[in-house]
Amino acid sequence: MEKFETLTGIAAPMPLVNIDTDMIIPKKFLKTIKRSGLGVNLFDEMRYDRQGNEIPDFVLNQPQYRDAEILVAGDNFGCGSSREHAPWALKDFGIKSVISTSFADIFYNNCFKNGILPIVLPQEAVDVLMKDAEKGSNARMTVDLEAQTVTSSDGDTFAFEIDPFKKHCLMNGLDDIGLSLEKAPAIDAFEAQASQARPWV
Amino acid sequence: MCPKTLYDKIWDAHVVHEDEDGTSLLYIDRHLVHEVTSPQAFEGLRMAGRTVRAPDKTIAVPDHNVPTTDGRDNPDQMPEDSRIQVAALDTNAKEFGIHYYPVSDVRQGIVHIVGPEQGWTLPGMTVVCGDSHTATHGAFGALAHGIGTSEVEHVLATQTLIQKKSKNMKVEITGQLAPGVTAKDITLSVIGATGTAGGTGYVIEYCGEAIRSLSMEGRMTVCNMAIEGGARAGLIAPDETTFDYVKGRPHAPKGAQWEAALAWWKTLYSDDDAHWDKVVTIRGEDIAPVVTWGTSPEDVLPITAEVPAPESFAGGKVEAAKRALAYMGLEPGQKLSDIEIDTVFIGSCTNGRIEDLRAAAQILKGKKVKDGMRAMVVPGSGLVRAQAEEEGLADVFREAGFEWRLAGCSMCLAMNPDQLSEGERCASTSNRNFEGRQGYKGRTHLVSPAMAAAAAVTGKLTDVRDLM
Repeated sequence: MEKFETLTGIAAPMPLVNIDTDMIIPKKFLKTIKRSGLGVNLFDEMRYDRQGNEIPDFVLNQPQYRDAEILVAGDNFGCGSSREHAPWALKDFGIKSVISTSFADIFYNNCFKNGILPIVLPQEAVDVLMKDAEKGSNARMTVDLEAQTVTSSDGDTFAFEIDPFKKHCLMNGLDDIGLSLEKAPAIDAFEAQASQARPWV
Repeated sequence: MCPKTLYDKIWDAHVVHEDEDGTSLLYIDRHLVHEVTSPQAFEGLRMAGRTVRAPDKTIAVPDHNVPTTDGRDNPDQMPEDSRIQVAALDTNAKEFGIHYYPVSDVRQGIVHIVGPEQGWTLPGMTVVCGDSHTATHGAFGALAHGIGTSEVEHVLATQTLIQKKSKNMKVEITGQLAPGVTAKDITLSVIGATGTAGGTGYVIEYCGEAIRSLSMEGRMTVCNMAIEGGARAGLIAPDETTFDYVKGRPHAPKGAQWEAALAWWKTLYSDDDAHWDKVVTIRGEDIAPVVTWGTSPEDVLPITAEVPAPESFAGGKVEAAKRALAYMGLEPGQKLSDIEIDTVFIGSCTNGRIEDLRAAAQILKGKKVKDGMRAMVVPGSGLVRAQAEEEGLADVFREAGFEWRLAGCSMCLAMNPDQLSEGERCASTSNRNFEGRQGYKGRTHLVSPAMAAAAAVTGKLTDVRDLM
């Protein structure tokens, strides 16, 4: 997995609350058996009309946001379906960090498996960053994972919390499965004990 | 000893390893797999030269893509991309030696209905699946939640998950439900009260007299939608209702093992003095038959109410409500019971079980679907379907004018041919009313099976109590 350290980039504003994973990547794109290539269909039903033409008003179709690397979004981003196709599509489009007041649990976890940093900040901070993002491509935000800060184009800096283990894995691009397989002896021991205690499982 | 919640007890019984910061490796007892979220995970195993650690604890069934019409054993019934995905599950199940219920098997159905039906889901277990509605299995007092594809691969390879513990939330439904009010109305009303992010960071335990009075089917409906409330999982402590349901299922323990299991299961409840981080209490008597009016499951109101004005909300919800009303084609002040509908869908992992079909059939008996409407029943599994045929429910549905389909996820998420067309309005027993969920620009009103049946008869969203 790609390492995440610092990121300075264009942030696109999406103030809508409850942006669900069906919006992020509609179901018809879940029939793939690959992880790649979903960026073109990110937010498909908000981004294109029925004929496949871009809807000019949609934020990521606007010239200043086409190269966005950060999303500033309304509350409860990523709710709904567990589909990891949502972070795959974001990643493939080029989004590396999403900022909101809260994220749905499964989506939040899925981001970390794909090198995307979801950042939770209080409403006041998200309001400031939303305004900053609305300025367009001249307003570049900076995310510093080591320092756990987001800095607006005006220099307003906000500190965020993150689980130390998740931070460590993201900063070092670590593969969870490899880490867990190192604990195989502990898993063996657990299975041996559990097969005595709960043999019906 | 420190008093524990049910969640604490199940968690503690499954910790393989815990780091100082609380990051834990949790053992997974059952891993359910379907065709949409697993191909990349199996491919990941292959690429890394890894195997499935515990194929005996891994159960696969195709459900999302499968057609629900006759002759579906013929793969040509599916579009090519669906066919490839189902074929990939066939291949992966064989190659990695996991339990499998193919489309041709009468036991095939929605993964969250098949698991409990076959006795794979048992109290006190940890259960995961690459599907958010895994929360369903919490009805058995099993810690069950959805995961992404990377975590599916992690569980396949290690039979564990890296987890941090959630907080404990108690949702108590006191007293009794009024006639016409069902488990679906409970779970939607809770989401209406707490919001779709109200459970974020929590595992919910549902308790109280109204929950205790529910059948296992009803309890599964309640826990199924814990995810719509934002919770990691929903739980209900196992009791005699649970044990009666589990006993005799194909993969439930038998003989001495049954007795040993039962002894442990009876310890699975929250201690009296256990600590709760959040408590929500709702009087069962205060719950009415409800419907959703918007595009989020939190947009819930009693059927007797009116479409709300966006200005009645606060913060970002004002804009969201405006967008929802535009999408749904509704005006503030409109009576919910005046909303005319085109289609009725009865099915899904929320409401595709035998009790749901009984409840709908009871309303439909001797009545007809209103002229010009489309109505379909999609049983949650082949066995639910067979039982409904045996009980005569299928005849009630057919005579009323419903299509009687084969098992699958169907129009709940419309990955198969069962979809709404643009602007088509549906009373649906499923779990999500998101934009485009049941078809591009389709409009979804979430309701209970009885309410769906009532809507089919009148052609409008209808208070089922008027037909009882």
